[in-house]
Amino acid sequence: MTERIGVYVCHCGSNIAGVVDVVDVANWAAEKLGRQGVVIAREYKFMCSSLGQELIEKDIKELRLTRIVVAACSPHLHEKTFRIAAKNAGLNPYLVELASIREQVSWVHTDKTVATQKAKAVVSGAVSRVIENQALDELKVPINPNTLVVGGGIAGIQAALEIANAGFHVYLVEREPSIGGHMAQFDKTFPTLDCSACILTPRMVEAGTHPNITLMTWSEVEKVTGYVGSFNVTIRKKARFVNEELCTGCGICEEKCPKKVIDDVYEAGLGYRKAVYTPFAQAVPKYPVMDTQNCTYFLKGTCKACEKFCPTGAIDFNQTDQFINVEVGNIILATGYDLFDARKVSNYGYGRLPNVFTSLEFERLSNAAGPTNGNIVLRDGKTTPQSVGIIHCVGSRDRNFNNYCSVICCMQGLKFAHLVHERTGATVYNFYIDMRTAYKAYDEFYQRVLEEGTLFVRGKVAEVTDAARHSNEKGKLIIQTEDTLAGKQRRIPVDMVILSSGLQPRHDAKEVGKLFGISCSTDGWFTEKHPKLDPVATMTEGIYIAGCAQGPKDIPSSVAQGAAASARVLDKILQKEVALEPVRASVDKEKCSGCRICNGLCPYHAILFLEKEQVTEINLALCQGCGTCVAACPAGAISGTGFSNEQILAQIDGLLMENLEMV
Amino acid sequence: MTDTTFEPTIIGFTCNWCSYRAADLAGTARMKYAPNVRLIRLMCSGRLDPTFVLRALSQGADGVMITGCHPGECHYIEQNYKALRRYLLLKRVLKGMGIEPERVKLVWASAAEGAKFAAETTAFVEEIRKLGPLHWRKKSDQFSVISEAEQKEVAA
Repeated sequence: MTERIGVYVCHCGSNIAGVVDVVDVANWAAEKLGRQGVVIAREYKFMCSSLGQELIEKDIKELRLTRIVVAACSPHLHEKTFRIAAKNAGLNPYLVELASIREQVSWVHTDKTVATQKAKAVVSGAVSRVIENQALDELKVPINPNTLVVGGGIAGIQAALEIANAGFHVYLVEREPSIGGHMAQFDKTFPTLDCSACILTPRMVEAGTHPNITLMTWSEVEKVTGYVGSFNVTIRKKARFVNEELCTGCGICEEKCPKKVIDDVYEAGLGYRKAVYTPFAQAVPKYPVMDTQNCTYFLKGTCKACEKFCPTGAIDFNQTDQFINVEVGNIILATGYDLFDARKVSNYGYGRLPNVFTSLEFERLSNAAGPTNGNIVLRDGKTTPQSVGIIHCVGSRDRNFNNYCSVICCMQGLKFAHLVHERTGATVYNFYIDMRTAYKAYDEFYQRVLEEGTLFVRGKVAEVTDAARHSNEKGKLIIQTEDTLAGKQRRIPVDMVILSSGLQPRHDAKEVGKLFGISCSTDGWFTEKHPKLDPVATMTEGIYIAGCAQGPKDIPSSVAQGAAASARVLDKILQKEVALEPVRASVDKEKCSGCRICNGLCPYHAILFLEKEQVTEINLALCQGCGTCVAACPAGAISGTGFSNEQILAQIDGLLMENLEMV
Repeated sequence: MTDTTFEPTIIGFTCNWCSYRAADLAGTARMKYAPNVRLIRLMCSGRLDPTFVLRALSQGADGVMITGCHPGECHYIEQNYKALRRYLLLKRVLKGMGIEPERVKLVWASAAEGAKFAAETTAFVEEIRKLGPLHWRKKSDQFSVISEAEQKEVAA
């Protein structure tokens, strides 16, 4: 059958027509591409307008067009528009091809003759290709209404609660023994100075007791297979050595455990916990976990004090890791951040000079439930500092470490200044590069801290040292800094230094991303689908991101993203099914030689070898349409819809047609 | 001696997720680059069958630019590594065929790297200009690729 092709060249106002001679392109297409099947070529001011679309629809009906080429903007902008127009006129939407002559021609070239010539080549390529396009149907897949939320910090809790409250089931998986995340470690939250635990713990309890939430702490996702609508997730429930059915959370085991261990996680190394422990008093769930690396029984084979004293017989030394399979339709990743390791900035002395603290250490120090009961003291545990220096941008906005701004550190530094002032009356210095106090009520907080008498020095700190040069520096930490407002170098002796460390991606963010099939930016944060218009979706359908896993942010923004991601998931659940682009690979079993070259290429495990028939098969539901196997098949047995060999070869020939004619 | 009137024709392959979006960004930001490159969008650089490159060179292209997401940033997790392997292998094949391997270039460009895309394109055009025309075109005044009859013949 000979095709009847319509070519539509858009002016895009003057965006295209200003550089490309659109009339010439249309005339050329009508004349030169006639033998390819072009029966009509038109140009119009705005093809994407309703009038432009009507023009195409009318032609499809009246001229019985079988293929459409629209030479306009990027397909990422208006491919959908013209596909819908074709569908409205009764033409299969996949028989429409866009030729990008705006982003690829008029906006990037200046010479009109050359640009017009390139536009013709691009149109010619699209015409050759569209002839090879096949009519396709959208792939519809059903959506499993269950959702997996990974990470039980405030973003994950928020997301889980929103979905659960809407009446759908959520599996909330957390790696640590309790949910709560970093927020559970804080004392106060800026700028309102609410007690962090007071606002967080009710949410934790709600998540822990919600009938629609299956909470799995001390658990990690091991494996994810499937696709949007039906993911199959394997979760490793690490052995707690405590039977959750029997445990009442009375805490006697913890009390009786003779082994004290430095708590590196929750207490940031400042306090102790037992070998069997719940990380903090308000932990959800309340069941303790056994630290097998420190438990005397696991090390020496004797003790079992916890087992002896447990009134319900819940201690179970024979417990092993369990693997649980769950089926979900959507996944939200709210895996949070790691604190920048301040040791890397060796000139600030953290780890070497005892009275240099990280921000997380200070959070624990100032927390009423922390190791010092909220007394801000030096490392010796008793001396109250007379002067404190807070250094901003540690590991952030620094080419040696992370280029980005960690967003929260300015406000965090101001909060610390306020707390030190309030509780100790010490002199407080804040060393900052720029003060970034955007968002509601933040700058007012800055003003408040200024009025309280905190001193601000603008400049990047060069060094923190204990090498005194003057008598007043003896026994102090000296902060050597440039004061860019005064225009001089300064040495400021203080008793305590707090490093307002930045945030960085989780150490295993890359592997986690790979597990779920999403990518990370060069900085290592999970990549969103669109930085402005789609910040919680990812390039992988059905996988959403929220909170600091996507980039540094404060608590309100994390909560907002958690809620946003849950709204996206609920939208999917309520639609009951999702339409996918029909770009998929399939094997012609007649042509397949069973060589298995393609078998190892698919990261989605969509390629299966049928032992019985000795041929390969592709699972259409798992295939994501990358086409790598299509390119690899030496027998040409694998074909890919939407991007077939025929389409691409035809496009190559079409793009080069001009050259051939010039010979 | 370089032919100053020679304008190379280059076919560029982009992936749908990173490098095509880089090209889009170059457009949106009105960055200027050499007009000698004509782009073909694939879903992934892993889709690139080396025969596409040979076809382009045999049909009049003087060079081929293959672009994709940065290693580790592939939308399809790791398929750009497969493109990298094929690219390296293809260069050896080209050398064996007597074609300068430099006529094929691999460029990683993320969706945010419009400027890189533009700069690499312009640079590649100049590299090909130095190499001169490939002269692998079909010396035929008719526009015809291998006819269907011929294809069948070869297949049989």
